[in-house]
Amino acid sequence: MSDTGELLVEMRGIHMEGRSDETWNPIIKGVDLTLNKGEVLGLIGESGAGKSTLGLAAMGFTRDGVRISQGSVMFDGIDLLAASADQKRALLGKRIAYVAQSAAASFNPAHKLIDQHSEAPVQHGVMSRTESEQDGMELYRKLRLPNPEQIGFRYPHQVSGGQLQRAMTAMAMSCRPDLIIFDEPTTALDVTTQIEVLASIRDIVEQFGTAAIYITHDLAVVAQMADRIKVLLKGDEVEEAETREMLSNPQQDYTKSLWAVREFQRPQKPAVLTDATPVISVQGVTAAYGKVDVLHDVSFDIHEGRTVAVVGESGSGKSTTARCITGLLPPRLGQIELDGQVLPLDYRKRNKDQLRQVQMIYQMADTALNPRTRIGDIIGRPVQFYGGLTGKDKRKRVEELLDQIELPAAQYFDRLPSELSGGQKQRIGIARALAAEPKFIICDEVTSALDQLVAEGILRLLARLQDDLKLSYMFITHDLATVRSIADEVVVMKDGVVVEQGPKTDMFKPPHHAYTDLLLSSVPEMDPDWLTNLLTERGVDNIGDAAVDKMT
Amino acid sequence: MSGLATIVVALVAIGIVAWVGRFAMQKISGNAPKFRDMPFAVAFGYVLAAVLVALGVWYFFQPKANEQGIQNAGVIFFRWAVQGVLIGMVAAWIFRFLGRMVGTSGSRKLFRQMPLTASFGILVIVVYAVLAIFAGLIAPHGQETVFAQANVVPGGNPALGGNPDFPLGTDQIGRDILSRLIYGAQNTVGIAFATTLIAFFIGGTLGFLAATLQGWLDQVLSRAVDVLMAIPSLIFSLLLITVASAWVSGFGLTIAMVLIIAVIDSTRVFRLARAVGMNIVVMDYIEAAKLRGEGLGYLIFKEILPNATAPLLAEFGLRFCFVFLTISALSFLGVGIQPPLADWGTMVRDLSAFINYASFAPLAASVPLLAAGAIALLTVAVNFVVDWMLYRSSGLKE
Repeated sequence: MSDTGELLVEMRGIHMEGRSDETWNPIIKGVDLTLNKGEVLGLIGESGAGKSTLGLAAMGFTRDGVRISQGSVMFDGIDLLAASADQKRALLGKRIAYVAQSAAASFNPAHKLIDQHSEAPVQHGVMSRTESEQDGMELYRKLRLPNPEQIGFRYPHQVSGGQLQRAMTAMAMSCRPDLIIFDEPTTALDVTTQIEVLASIRDIVEQFGTAAIYITHDLAVVAQMADRIKVLLKGDEVEEAETREMLSNPQQDYTKSLWAVREFQRPQKPAVLTDATPVISVQGVTAAYGKVDVLHDVSFDIHEGRTVAVVGESGSGKSTTARCITGLLPPRLGQIELDGQVLPLDYRKRNKDQLRQVQMIYQMADTALNPRTRIGDIIGRPVQFYGGLTGKDKRKRVEELLDQIELPAAQYFDRLPSELSGGQKQRIGIARALAAEPKFIICDEVTSALDQLVAEGILRLLARLQDDLKLSYMFITHDLATVRSIADEVVVMKDGVVVEQGPKTDMFKPPHHAYTDLLLSSVPEMDPDWLTNLLTERGVDNIGDAAVDKMT
Repeated sequence: MSGLATIVVALVAIGIVAWVGRFAMQKISGNAPKFRDMPFAVAFGYVLAAVLVALGVWYFFQPKANEQGIQNAGVIFFRWAVQGVLIGMVAAWIFRFLGRMVGTSGSRKLFRQMPLTASFGILVIVVYAVLAIFAGLIAPHGQETVFAQANVVPGGNPALGGNPDFPLGTDQIGRDILSRLIYGAQNTVGIAFATTLIAFFIGGTLGFLAATLQGWLDQVLSRAVDVLMAIPSLIFSLLLITVASAWVSGFGLTIAMVLIIAVIDSTRVFRLARAVGMNIVVMDYIEAAKLRGEGLGYLIFKEILPNATAPLLAEFGLRFCFVFLTISALSFLGVGIQPPLADWGTMVRDLSAFINYASFAPLAASVPLLAAGAIALLTVAVNFVVDWMLYRSSGLKE
């Protein structure tokens, strides 16, 4: 952002290999990377594209089982690959810093934030302990953390995820490095939290003229942060250009397809007849974990062949509502109706047919599929359990289902979940839900762990299945782009209360409830000026969590 | 110079050699990364290891006996130990080499990734298993047969008091020690194996039940286990076996011992199974199965058990060692496997007096060490294999 034209990092012809199954497999196949002082480079690509590996290689570092087989990495005239351990030790942490994706997992839970903050400056002899602590508070203020004088004396578990991510950025800044590598710093955060972190990262990088490599899979985010964007695909560079140039005029087909992802949108369906019986009707549900109520009088209907998207940030009660519907968490007050029939509140009291009608697809396909069970058995179990099919009939039905989710049965029937990609696992999750032949499926953040292209494929599949089988979906998500593409109706939740509900077209048009408005405005757009405009329009104190706090 | 001063001087000398050696290697190798980035502690370790190896070699080639013909027992035992380790390593290496050559592609791959310790462990376990299963065919004599010659020295050399008919000698009432060792494998190892299986069946089932159902059942079972674990296990089993001996005797007492040790050890298995199960029941696929309306049996055996096999197998190996040592200890105390059945623990107890000859008659003193060594070897072998399995299942390998 304050590009000086002076070269900082130069990587030439980098080839990297990872060891698995006794052989070295290529991860990066000859990528060049240059970064000037004060410049921010965005690295994007889907998972497995090698962006994190390349980002770490810019520090001269490789993870265990990975090696740099060819190429050179020069940092400010120092050859990092030939540098001694002492030389590297003097650079890392002092002149090169790293911000990891999950701050919660990267802080040591046993030490206070400020102690961890001042460790690097003291070790590298940049500042004394007291100076560094003073400087830490100053940085916390610049990053707009609440209570900058006190927050450093808390332990990592005592601050929220977004605050922790900012504290980690402050820690990376503690020695005033020349280069910071941001590895998906906002991916795990809610939109309203993300925007604050983005604004403060951008601000501080600009103030200190730090060069940065910003790794992400979210194009809209990188558009706000980077001066230049490099697109990676399976270890190869696809293209690189200035941000504006890249957004307005992508050259390669792959880049264009990334840009086009957000264009999938289903037509609005006609309004539901007023006398139609909803498939699922949630009526005045209040539920509690222990003695604390987490849902307050939640009511909404889901009709045949419709998708109701439930949106809200984490902790707003979206998933708890799903748990009430499935009967895992019997509500304290209120009831759930299926086709006009009241469902028993506890799933253990429901009969087999009632259980069959309500199916669920999970966010993390990794934990939703038993890693020791073969695909054919995972899908075959509900077929046998509900349909009573065995032997050849069962196999035939499973093959039909695999067909429906667009995976060739012959190839996948005997595989284990670990032999599938993330998107394929999610498809198996869908097939398992379909195998029960339900009327209603709860989709709990089904696309949020997936790359955009893969996620779009899943959304299209779900839409097609809905049209073919007249399914009803409850679609839990915090991603408004997903809502825009698949939902018919939207329910906005905050703190266990439904703040607004209605057809999709109404929701995306003003007037909104203040919270809906905030959610909508916090979704990054592809326009590189979006964040700047938003900040000038609203002011730093009226975005993100700060604004949410004002509302209550 | 006192001993302490010698050690200090030696360590300082090693430190100086390490520093100089590292500096020299840096110059000679033209600053190769290996020497350039070597911390001083690592260099010190290399020199210390070299010094220890040199000392070992020097001691190994000391004469076996002095001019007066008195045997130098330390040297003899040291030679046996070194020879044993070397033979073990060579055997393990050959075994691994063969494993890499024959078998299915899967087993060949397994052997390729295997460290030498694990292949040694597997080899020992295989040998023990063969000996235990075919003891009746392999053993030259019966385990209860008493010969006229008692206290024959092992080695089979008549000049030293041995007898080629009894390569490992005979015990104090004239039974062939080799045969008793082989039958002991059958008795001790077989009983330990059965005991461990029962312990796992009880502990595993209850542990998974507690993890799945939770609530009051979990509370009752866990507190009961806490109470059982609070009593020192060896003393507790001694007490219970003594009580049991009021009703049963002979073979019945052995069965009682198996059950008692199984129940006491199942508390440890319960703890592990419950902890592992707790981590698995929170997974989404368990929730999916519950919402499908699956019964308890399906949940435990089809969903939880396949995902808990790695830690349970590792625990099985360790638990087997503990059970085995407990049985040997009980036999040593006289309440375990009852004579005339051959058992390693009893053999160590019966022959333990010979250990007093260690300083002047190493061959005679080695008699109780044979059974003790058989116990130690199996324990070490099982632990090697368990370590390797834990390493494989922990995901550290990637």
